[in-house]
Amino acid sequence: MSATIEFTIDGKEIKGQPGQTILEAAQQAGVYIPRLCYMKGLTPWGSCRVCTVLINGRPQAACTQPIAPGMVVESSTDKVNALRRNIIDMLFVEGNHFCMFCEKSGSCELQALAYRLGIAAPKYPFMFPKRELDMSHPDVFIDHNRCIQCARCVRASRDVDGKHVFDFADRGAHRRIAVNAEAFLKDTDLAVTDKAAEACPVGAIVKKRTGYAVPFGQRLYDKKPIGSEIEAGVKS
Amino acid sequence: MSDNLAASVREICKANGGDRTRLMDIVRAVQAKFGCVSGPAMEMIAQELKVHRVEVHGMVSFYSFLSEQPKGKVTIRLCNDLVDQMAGAAEVGQAFEDELGIKVGQTTPDGKIALEYTACIGMCDQAPAALVNDVVVTELSTDSARRIVRELRKHMDPARLVTRLGDGNNAHELVHAMVLNNIRVKGSLIFTPTNRGEAIRKALGITPAEVIRAVKTSRLRGRGGAGFPTGLKWEFTRAAPGERRYILCNADEGEPGTFKDRVILTELPDRVFAGMTIAGYAVGAEEGIVYLRGEYAYLRKYLEHTLQERRKDNLLGRNILGKQGFNFDIRIQMGAGAYVCGEETALISSCEGLRGDPKTRPPFPAQKGYLGCPSVVNNVETFACVTKILEQGPATFCEIGSQGSPGTKLLSISGDCKSPGVFEVPFGIKLSEVLKLCGAEDAIAVQVGGASGQMVAREEFGRTICYDDLATGGALMVLGPERNVLEAAEKFMDFFVEESCGYCTPCRVGNVLLRNRLARILAGDGEPSDLDYLNDLGQTVKIMSRCGLGQTSANPILTTLKNFRPAYNALVKKRTDGLQPAFDLRTAVADAERVIGRKSEHAHA
Ligand SMILES: Cc1cc2nc3c(=O)[nH]c(=O)nc-3n(C[C@H](O)[C@H](O)[C@H](O)COP(=O)(O)O)c2cc1C
Ligand code: SF4
Ligand code: FES
Repeated sequence: MSATIEFTIDGKEIKGQPGQTILEAAQQAGVYIPRLCYMKGLTPWGSCRVCTVLINGRPQAACTQPIAPGMVVESSTDKVNALRRNIIDMLFVEGNHFCMFCEKSGSCELQALAYRLGIAAPKYPFMFPKRELDMSHPDVFIDHNRCIQCARCVRASRDVDGKHVFDFADRGAHRRIAVNAEAFLKDTDLAVTDKAAEACPVGAIVKKRTGYAVPFGQRLYDKKPIGSEIEAGVKS
Repeated sequence: MSDNLAASVREICKANGGDRTRLMDIVRAVQAKFGCVSGPAMEMIAQELKVHRVEVHGMVSFYSFLSEQPKGKVTIRLCNDLVDQMAGAAEVGQAFEDELGIKVGQTTPDGKIALEYTACIGMCDQAPAALVNDVVVTELSTDSARRIVRELRKHMDPARLVTRLGDGNNAHELVHAMVLNNIRVKGSLIFTPTNRGEAIRKALGITPAEVIRAVKTSRLRGRGGAGFPTGLKWEFTRAAPGERRYILCNADEGEPGTFKDRVILTELPDRVFAGMTIAGYAVGAEEGIVYLRGEYAYLRKYLEHTLQERRKDNLLGRNILGKQGFNFDIRIQMGAGAYVCGEETALISSCEGLRGDPKTRPPFPAQKGYLGCPSVVNNVETFACVTKILEQGPATFCEIGSQGSPGTKLLSISGDCKSPGVFEVPFGIKLSEVLKLCGAEDAIAVQVGGASGQMVAREEFGRTICYDDLATGGALMVLGPERNVLEAAEKFMDFFVEESCGYCTPCRVGNVLLRNRLARILAGDGEPSDLDYLNDLGQTVKIMSRCGLGQTSANPILTTLKNFRPAYNALVKKRTDGLQPAFDLRTAVADAERVIGRKSEHAHA
């Protein structure tokens, strides 16, 4: 066993192993750092920026930043959480998120995080972009209106499924998920059993005919806020 | 036709060794030949390189000089940065539109000529300027725009648009450009005569560790903007484990208002290549890459020729200048229109044939850079400085400039001044002195450091150009008494919205929100609370963004909020009726009215 690395998050002493990121070490110690693009088992990506912490005052993404001895990490403070709320607000206004009509409501990480951080309504003006819906595949659909560009599907398909069904096209505000075909998901080799089909934190990539299998009110985040399982020390 | 496409694509891929990392060269070649990289072409490239179609698609769709849809045989790209706008780019654009009978963004019905706007092409000192395919046309007027179109219609040969040649090497037959160097002030470092080969000879006479020590002693810091100590960067790269190492020269020069690297590459390419070679010796690299922005494609042949001459003289190649075991060569990697590719990790992605998304750090390029190998990335001017340091010794270098910022700095000055161009000045010079040099004593504001820099007000013209005060890659855009600084800030925000890679949330979304709110204020619909909104949002983008682009993109707004508050205050007004100024009842109910098929009496009362 290699030496442990000691540091603090919001004053709490944390012991981690070399090679761990701040987010992983925190999680092991029962400290939840909000995250969206992070997913266990996938290469950290660092795109949503929700996990941003201040390390000795400097901002870094906790999901990509390795731990170092003696670092002083600020995570769940008013200042940092206000910045995180701004990011979540941005994700809401950038797409078209209508929670009340969404199959994912109650098990959506974006929605759950907004509730956890106390967002009732975004403070930025909605952009109402025109986005596509791809229903072509027999078992899985893509609703680009809800995509938050976390790349979890991209990484899951590439690194876990050994395919490359998804990747990004265009740039800037036009950046979007594209599929490995001329246009439609049905022309890719995506299978409903792929990790990529269940990696989406929101309702952008959804398995058909499963949307209401669990009734509203009994879903993952309906009872307890997102992150409680980590804080309760339950190993995921 | 499609047989032709298949055969050509196969040939192009083969010429590039079927190497996936050379995708940029491959798609550039396909684009040049067919005017686009179509769906079928992407499919074939993917097959040839054994990659997925979506990877090729993702890459092609990233760069503005590549397109999936056919454009014209000739594409006119009119620069629409702030300085070009100030010089009349809008009128020139109108003249192009009238003469072509199309709008910007369209192609003539015969498929021959396309017209687009493009971000800064590095010609602000001879604005308005445009690219006609690879050919640069400068100092445009409505007349010359019309003439260009008429000429093109006759011969469709952009090269024939060059009717007068620029100074210095711009007139070299391999450059053949109307571009001017506009070197206004020559300092004692960069624009000085040198002995070709001398610096390398001196470097090879000492050990690599001693070369690094010399660079450290000179206290040279990067000239590309971030100002990292060059010797330290080399030391890290040398110490990092790896089979191979690389030296990358950042010639992306995409920061609006910057053009000094263009002039160095035109007049002193040998000095840059020597610097790279010295870096190669110092860190133990055998290959160098110059990442040349697509806008500077007109310099490519000349640079290739210069490299060839150096190989002939054993300044590149094997056992350089007789030093057994020291091998080093340089290749040129063309870019394809993306400002973010000047960011060092995005530059590496682009060199690897990927989308120009920045990479996750750590690891830093010094640890894992190009193809995962330890790599040095330095600016063009930084390499030119290295050559001089080895030639003269670090002590001479330190004699110039200020304590924390030794040496000289090339400034690219444009906008409202009498003599725009390149100025080599010692670090520590006052901004007011610089303004005197270029004939801009009546300036009301100077944007220092390009779009990502800061808008400096008159009261602060006593500040100095150096790493500890006004740190800059060298772009100074001067605004005269007639100009509106907030409109300038809006222009810069447009640029960042266009150039963000979109990877991370704050930069992808935040810049759009910032730009829109500023536009609303400029339209007269702002309210006092908008200023806090801009500040809070701007800070969020700055703090939360993943790379230097987003970390600096809010600067136009944040620095004008700080230095030009009265300009904002004059625009935002508190309404007495309690309504939000930006709220328009009629627009708000328009959709509903359309649906129900009648007009709201209330809204139209
Ligand atoms: C968005 C962005 C664009 C940049 N563009 C350039 C550029 O065009 N040229 C350059 O030398 N450095 C550019 N940089 C800085 C590079 O990332 C890097 O710091 C520099 O090339 C290092 O070289 P130096 O230490 O010699 O300055 C840019 C940085 C960012 C964030
Ligand atoms: S800050 Fe902007 S340019 Fe940089 S990674 Fe994020 S989206 Fe891309
Ligand atoms: S979870 Fe770290 S950036 Fe998204």
